[in-house]
Amino acid sequence: MHEETVYEALDHAHGGEGQWAFGTGFDEPLAGVDTTVPAGIDPADLGAYCLMLGDDALVLCQRLTQWVTAAPELEEEVALANCGLDLLGQARLLLARAGSVGVLGRSRALATDSIPDEDALAYFRDADEFRNSLLVEAPNGDFGQTVVRLLVASTWRLALFARLRGSRDPVLAAIAAKGVPELTYHRDHAARWVLRLGDGTPESHRRTQAGVDAVWPLLADLFTATDVETRLTAAGVAVDPADVRDEVRDVLTTVLERATLTVPGWPEEQPSRGRAGRHGPELTALLADLQGLAREHPAATW
Amino acid sequence: MTDPELPMLTLADLGVLRDVRDEDGTVVVEITPTYSGCPAMGVMRADLVHALHRAGFADVDVRTVLSPAWSTDWISEAGRRKLAAGGIAPPGRAPVRTSGPVPLSLGATRRTATCPQCGSPDTEEVSEFSATACKAMRRCRACLEPFEHVKEI
Ligand SMILES: [Zn+2]
Repeated sequence: MHEETVYEALDHAHGGEGQWAFGTGFDEPLAGVDTTVPAGIDPADLGAYCLMLGDDALVLCQRLTQWVTAAPELEEEVALANCGLDLLGQARLLLARAGSVGVLGRSRALATDSIPDEDALAYFRDADEFRNSLLVEAPNGDFGQTVVRLLVASTWRLALFARLRGSRDPVLAAIAAKGVPELTYHRDHAARWVLRLGDGTPESHRRTQAGVDAVWPLLADLFTATDVETRLTAAGVAVDPADVRDEVRDVLTTVLERATLTVPGWPEEQPSRGRAGRHGPELTALLADLQGLAREHPAATW
Repeated sequence: MTDPELPMLTLADLGVLRDVRDEDGTVVVEITPTYSGCPAMGVMRADLVHALHRAGFADVDVRTVLSPAWSTDWISEAGRRKLAAGGIAPPGRAPVRTSGPVPLSLGATRRTATCPQCGSPDTEEVSEFSATACKAMRRCRACLEPFEHVKEI
């Protein structure tokens, strides 16, 4: 059987008062999943780590969806939005995992009780509480720079997720296993665009090289473990980001060389600013866009 | 119970319905998302609860299972026939899942699909993405019609 409209069943499921969207707790992404934390894992560390991975996905999703109505062609608009949708799903699962172990920061002081943890974390933290890397918050630039950043970000995230499939936290391992085929698709899609543009016209080559040169310094933010990552790696939960450096460098070098692009020198790695909550003004502006409606109407139902 | 975005398929056809059982008088239903961002999960959950309530089951618990991750190999044979009849090319075999690093694929996509309109195997991909997360866009070189293809994962 099927409802007259899908909204009827959603409405029924939430008391028949016409409330089923943001703020009503529908479709909690970990509903029914066993969220018990295995022995020997510090829940605060696990939650902090899920925020890092979840914020990377949430912020990059927001950047990708900024191309909607603005991409060079309709197919590519749909492609970037679909990549964003996959990342949004990963973000929801990871933020819900952080919430399930009680890592909510200051968000709960601002969000009303009816707002689920994932939404409280997404909409009611300020920039200094976000733990995403600087790589994902940087503005899109032109389309060439956008696909270069998508290539770098999906290569890095795929390398992490492929290893996280063996995490001792079964929820994190399941989220990672689910994300691997999605990220593989994003990475290969971005790599084909970099090939096409880099080995394309003089203008597309010039602009894609400029994109590489703009994105490359952000690699410095990715490969130095925070204390949380070091402790969780020792506990078998996380991946030391330094362990994926060679794979990321090899993949990026392969793609850029095939695209006849110049591979810049490897930047001097630093402790991650983004993981420490030290973001640029670009993130504040992005969050104002992302969070404005929810903060303006914190108890809204639709 | 059908999928909100592929209404020709039941949740069982799609491989999203993992288990239905009775636990001390409660109907426990296990479903798994196709993609992490599948926006239909909330609708499916609500549809299931509503359908079971209307069928007289008061205690219903719809649970998400994340592992093992959904694969297009779980779409049933009947589901594949219904997709093709609905103008959507069903997926081929999903890539083999390994535990190590994922190799880079830089060539043209190797996916193939038979045209659901005329049956020609001579088709080309026009976009790696389409109107929902699970599909790509193709075109038939024989009858020139565009069609969607459930991409293999
Ligand atoms: Zn045809």
